[in-house]
Amino acid sequence: MFRNLGELVLLFTATVRALPRVWRERRKVGEQLFDIGNASLFMACLLSLFIGGVLSLQVGPVLVERGLGSALGGLVALSMCKELAPVMMSVLIAGRIGSAMAAELGSMRVYQEIDALRTLNINPIHYLVLPRVVAIAVALPCLVIFSNLVGWLGGALVAAHNDRIAVPWTAFFTNLQQQVEFGDIANGLIKSFVFAVLVGVVSCHQGLSTLGGPRGIGRSVTKAVVNSFVLILIMDYVLTRLLLPFDDGWTV
Amino acid sequence: MAASLTTTGIPVSVRGLRKSFGGHPVLKGLDLEVRAGEIFALMGPSGSGKSVFLRHLIGLEKPDEGDIQVAGEPISSEGIGDRFRLAMVFQSGGLLNSLTVAENVGLYLSEHRLKPAADIEKIVLEKLALVELGPEDAGKYPSELSGGMKKRVAIARALVIEPQLILFDEPTSELDPLVALTIGREILNLNQRIGATTVVVTHDRDLAFGIADRIAFLLEGEIVALGTPDEIRAHPHPLLQRFLKAEFR
Repeated sequence: MFRNLGELVLLFTATVRALPRVWRERRKVGEQLFDIGNASLFMACLLSLFIGGVLSLQVGPVLVERGLGSALGGLVALSMCKELAPVMMSVLIAGRIGSAMAAELGSMRVYQEIDALRTLNINPIHYLVLPRVVAIAVALPCLVIFSNLVGWLGGALVAAHNDRIAVPWTAFFTNLQQQVEFGDIANGLIKSFVFAVLVGVVSCHQGLSTLGGPRGIGRSVTKAVVNSFVLILIMDYVLTRLLLPFDDGWTV
Repeated sequence: MAASLTTTGIPVSVRGLRKSFGGHPVLKGLDLEVRAGEIFALMGPSGSGKSVFLRHLIGLEKPDEGDIQVAGEPISSEGIGDRFRLAMVFQSGGLLNSLTVAENVGLYLSEHRLKPAADIEKIVLEKLALVELGPEDAGKYPSELSGGMKKRVAIARALVIEPQLILFDEPTSELDPLVALTIGREILNLNQRIGATTVVVTHDRDLAFGIADRIAFLLEGEIVALGTPDEIRAHPHPLLQRFLKAEFR
């Protein structure tokens, strides 16, 4: 485990050191961004709509019973932007994109494509890892903003149309506007950026360290997804704790 | 053969090379000199450590012990790939499946930004023609190619580098005799055209004896015979003789 962590840190450091080359690799970053958007946008939309809806459904009746129905918009919105959107979108990206990255790089490793790159004096970190990590780090925060908007919409729809809640559309969004500050959105974006780098580096590391044949690729994919999930949840706690003092400090 | 030609090749020196995987010794202290511009074939039965040896020559493996020098510089030294042009043709071809044939062949030039796109396209077509592939093959993906075509594309990709040292890992494995003959001739022509030092790992007797200036026979991680093709044929080592004379009938 410690060896894996050490290799992860080394890969992360090498990727950061390669950042000045990112403009040169912009075409590959663009291709990766397109792939990420293509593979995850519809799923993100569906997932966020239902997460927002479930939040309203779980919390709405309880708040309405206590005469606090007007606070529903803020509660759903803060839950989405500070916690659920960053974590759920990161999990989605780890499952859909991270696994694909680990499989692709694993297959390239097994079939000697990465060795071939090295013999052509092409650094696999520049050619393969950098564009993927940068693309995830750009795409995930964007996806979180999108997820926030769709989640809020889902929450408002359920709040307005569920008989036990019946919080009007305008009341929901008025409270949302009063409660959500720029800092709350930034909180989620910072988290998602860190999760994105984690998912990218973990997935690329697993892919690049694949051994054996097709079974090895399968193992790498599983490890990439499981390790990403575990690290996302651990870092979620750490980041929430670190960002707590800034909660009241940011205003629009 | 190649020794009489003007060479741009570089010598390779291997001293005391040892490598183990999981406690199992694969290379047991190899000492070897490959001369500049020669075709050197490394023969041996499967599992004798030939491919592992080849991977060490281009820095894809780190030795447990020993030293490999290319033109007097350790292969592990920083930036050796910038100072010398080294290439390897893998057993599977090692083509990038996400790129077309043309993109694979031009990868070295485009990634290192050595030529403008129009020049790269021209060079790619030239190199493909040298391995008897036409412009109609340039847009194909590796998955659309036969085993022999993949190897020829891999050779074309290596040619683009204009290598000073080129390594071939089992270049004729899985190929029918006619394609194997074409590949063998390509290696010979390449060596005669650019004079690159050529190391061929193979268990194809016809290929080794047909193209090599010198041959080494590797058995269980040790070189048991080294010399010209005639010297190897006459070598008394019993396993080498069995290997050379093995026939169905």
